Amino acid sequence: MDFKYLKEYLGWLYYQYLLITGIYVLEPWEQSIFNSVFFSSVAMVIYTSYAFVPVHVRLALNSLVQALLCH
Amino acid sequence: MTQDMARTTAPVPNGKLNIQLNGNNFKNANCKKNGYHNKAQKNSTAHSAGPPSSRQRFQRPESFENPPMYVAVMTYLGFGIVTLFGYFRDFLRAVGLEKCHIAREREEQKDFVPLYQDFENFYTRNLYMRVRDNWNRPICSLPGPVFDVMERVSPDYNWTFSLTGKTIDDVINMGSYNYLGFAENDGDFLKTVADRTQQYGLGVCSTRQEMGNLAIHEELEQLVATFLGVESSMIFGMGFATNSMNIPALVGKGCLILSDELNHTSLILGARLSGATIWVFKHNNMQSLERLLREAVCSGQPRTHRPWRKVLIMVEGIYSMEGSVVRLPDIVALKKKYKAYLYLDEAHSIGAVGPTGRGVTELFGLDPSDIDVMMGTFTKSFGAAGGYIAGKKELVDYLRSHSHSAVYASAMSPPVTEQILRAMKCIMGLDGTTVGQARVHQLAENTRYFRSRLQEMGFIIYGNDDSPVVPILLYMPGKVVAFSRAMLKRKIGVVVVGFPATPITEARARFCLSAAHTKAMLDQVLFDLNELGDDLCLKFSRRKYSPRPQQHNNNDDTDFELDS
Repeated sequence: MDFKYLKEYLGWLYYQYLLITGIYVLEPWEQSIFNSVFFSSVAMVIYTSYAFVPVHVRLALNSLVQALLCH
Repeated sequence: MTQDMARTTAPVPNGKLNIQLNGNNFKNANCKKNGYHNKAQKNSTAHSAGPPSSRQRFQRPESFENPPMYVAVMTYLGFGIVTLFGYFRDFLRAVGLEKCHIAREREEQKDFVPLYQDFENFYTRNLYMRVRDNWNRPICSLPGPVFDVMERVSPDYNWTFSLTGKTIDDVINMGSYNYLGFAENDGDFLKTVADRTQQYGLGVCSTRQEMGNLAIHEELEQLVATFLGVESSMIFGMGFATNSMNIPALVGKGCLILSDELNHTSLILGARLSGATIWVFKHNNMQSLERLLREAVCSGQPRTHRPWRKVLIMVEGIYSMEGSVVRLPDIVALKKKYKAYLYLDEAHSIGAVGPTGRGVTELFGLDPSDIDVMMGTFTKSFGAAGGYIAGKKELVDYLRSHSHSAVYASAMSPPVTEQILRAMKCIMGLDGTTVGQARVHQLAENTRYFRSRLQEMGFIIYGNDDSPVVPILLYMPGKVVAFSRAMLKRKIGVVVVGFPATPITEARARFCLSAAHTKAMLDQVLFDLNELGDDLCLKFSRRKYSPRPQQHNNNDDTDFELDS
């Protein structure tokens, strides 16, 4: 039972996404193009932040601490 | 100090050209009222003069609430994405990967001077065409409170349509200008119209000046003059042409026209055709108008500094895109102080506002002789076609011989004239019944009820609480389209308006209430609006609902007195 409501809710969320980005007025193949571009860029952003942000932050902190210590 | 007006050449779905938006970029969560900021709840100090009813009118709030910031961002985002796809599709069409449905020159003429400018139609081609099944829907019945819509399908995404043959019956009509419900086909009511058709036939076959001046026209002109409380009036066959053909007869070169920002296309066209100088003042903003009047009186015509031959202030009674009512007492005071003339276009307000349906002059309790040129149309509240201009006898006599419409346009058809006669007699009570008055009251009731319920629900609504035109703001292009389609699926017909008839971020659905709507119909519409509002997330209003209208300070720093 819960599964059906969940599916309906996700459908409603997708509908809101279509309306807000204005994709609703486009033809289905254009919607597919936009969705693939958008979600692949979102996926890339997530992967990049997962892979690189901790390393960069640690390096930045190290250099900051060293700069403060050397003074 | 001529202010140029921006123009678009894209087709206007609703025939209204919106010129310029007063920027709504103030970071106020409170509503911005008529161009003034909402200062913290000052009690409105009533004007010292003026009849009590007009003092009350000043305190009636007109709200133009701003949406939350994310709404504007999302609207621009939506338009931006669709524009990108528009460029993409144009590229495909240019390359030849896609069939081009729009007008193109022939192969042999490709080297000639271009006949069709491709980029001008960018918006039409790439956004309007995708969603144009929401406009120009064919109707196959009388446009009364309910009507029948023909069903149509499109195999190629709205480039072409074909009718399926089926009709969608009993769609509630929230888009027709049927304010008093005179769009009816009941045989009893239309008996006099049928008689006149038997007597006069249908075509007049001439202009008013030549052989087309029928006795029935004179009768109607006298009745209109009595209805409005003026000396004399003249009627014309077409409402739009009344404005565009008569303003050139009244003003010319060397005159100044002060026109409201949101005036209708017919007024703008008439003003441009006349050759007078046009200055635009901000919508319903008396400071802006006064500044322009002082400038006009002080500096005169642009290079020669001679005084202007005439200064004409052009306003409308109710602005149909906003639902706002003109601030008539202020304008009359200003015009008397600076000796200007006033042209009042009551297309939407005649018959629809005022305790007995006489329009905005009655709403504010003013003397009709204060207004120099009163113009109106019979299309909206009277269920007919045509327009009138009323005022002093000298003015109307002058127009009889100098107006383009009188000299060249065909006269009003007899059954249409009789329809206006019977509708006006009904409103005035001259036919012995109280049906007309009952309708006027019913319209006011419906307006109050509908507006208050919509505000309760949390929609953003523009305009004055008295106006039967209710625009609900939808903002985002995707939601506008989805709204219209979903309402038709629920058997309610609405008119949605977007760019270029409105500012680009303020797309709206416009509801026109009618005296013929029963409370059951309104409740049905409100119920569906509530559901759709939740479904599509349209309830942007951040105002808490208060049972009484808020009092606002109207007279910030105006320096004119009302007791002239």
